[in-house]
Amino acid sequence: MSIKIAVIQFPAANCDLDAVHVLNDVIGVKTDLVWHNYFKEEAFDGVIFPGGFTFGDYLRAGIIAAHSPAVDEARIMLKEGKPVIGICNGFQILTEAEFLPGALLQNQSLKFICKWVNLRVENNTTAFTKTMNLGDIIDIPVAHGQGRYFTDNLKELEENNQIVFRYSDENGALTEDSNPNGSMDNIAGVCNLEGTCLGLMPHPERASEEILSPKGTDHGKKFFSSMVDFIKRRTEK
Amino acid sequence: MQTNFIVEIIMTNKEMARDPVGATIKRDLLAKKGYDMISNVRSGQYLRIHISAESETSAKEIIEDMCNKLRIFNPVTQNLTILRVSTS
Repeated sequence: MSIKIAVIQFPAANCDLDAVHVLNDVIGVKTDLVWHNYFKEEAFDGVIFPGGFTFGDYLRAGIIAAHSPAVDEARIMLKEGKPVIGICNGFQILTEAEFLPGALLQNQSLKFICKWVNLRVENNTTAFTKTMNLGDIIDIPVAHGQGRYFTDNLKELEENNQIVFRYSDENGALTEDSNPNGSMDNIAGVCNLEGTCLGLMPHPERASEEILSPKGTDHGKKFFSSMVDFIKRRTEK
Repeated sequence: MQTNFIVEIIMTNKEMARDPVGATIKRDLLAKKGYDMISNVRSGQYLRIHISAESETSAKEIIEDMCNKLRIFNPVTQNLTILRVSTS
């Protein structure tokens, strides 16, 4: 069986084609760009909600897209155990859809932030982090205005091992300086209880080719190769 | 008999969520201009909604229900307040 992944396209998304390119041309997995109103989950093994500014970020980033038919389809995928990832605006969509706990608020600095950061891997058992090691430092860029992670239930997240990435310095220390947006507890990415749904503010699709990285890294590839491994193991069962 | 009402709502971040907009207005504008008597500023979002309903109570109920169902406010971080209901 050949694997097929969907990248959902919304009005005012802008990282959709980057994600399609990385999956098709770097990872080598058949990936389609699908308009959000037309997405049908049965044809796909996994789905990516990419970055952008869906529906102009009106009301709150991600809230209007969270009511899209594509999100209803993704809900079915999660029930079936298929992997779902939300990147940046996709993360905002998945929290607003209540796939993931918490919320993304306006950056503490009130500024749009676009820079390379370091992530420390806190959970390497999810569908998207299986090819990483605990404590690995991931070199990756962020680009957002509303990325300050907030939860009213930090203890439960920690107990359930749902914190997948934290912003850190190059040595893995969780400092205030390494937290680009004021996120609670330096949280950069969280997952659902099953580890099949991941949301994160940084952009793995912009960090999957050495030529795009100031340090010549391609750490973003690990997210997608993990996803493909997870799908392969799932479909072999 | 249907009447046209205007329902005004505001959404503000819960006290436990930091509000950098309010904090900046207070710290970098009000305090610098000598308004030391201002102790706190919280920002929010305002919506003015025109609605046709049988009564003021019904208009309010529909809006409250809609806001809850569609997450017009984010219950994780925000509180919803219905400011007032008036006839248009």
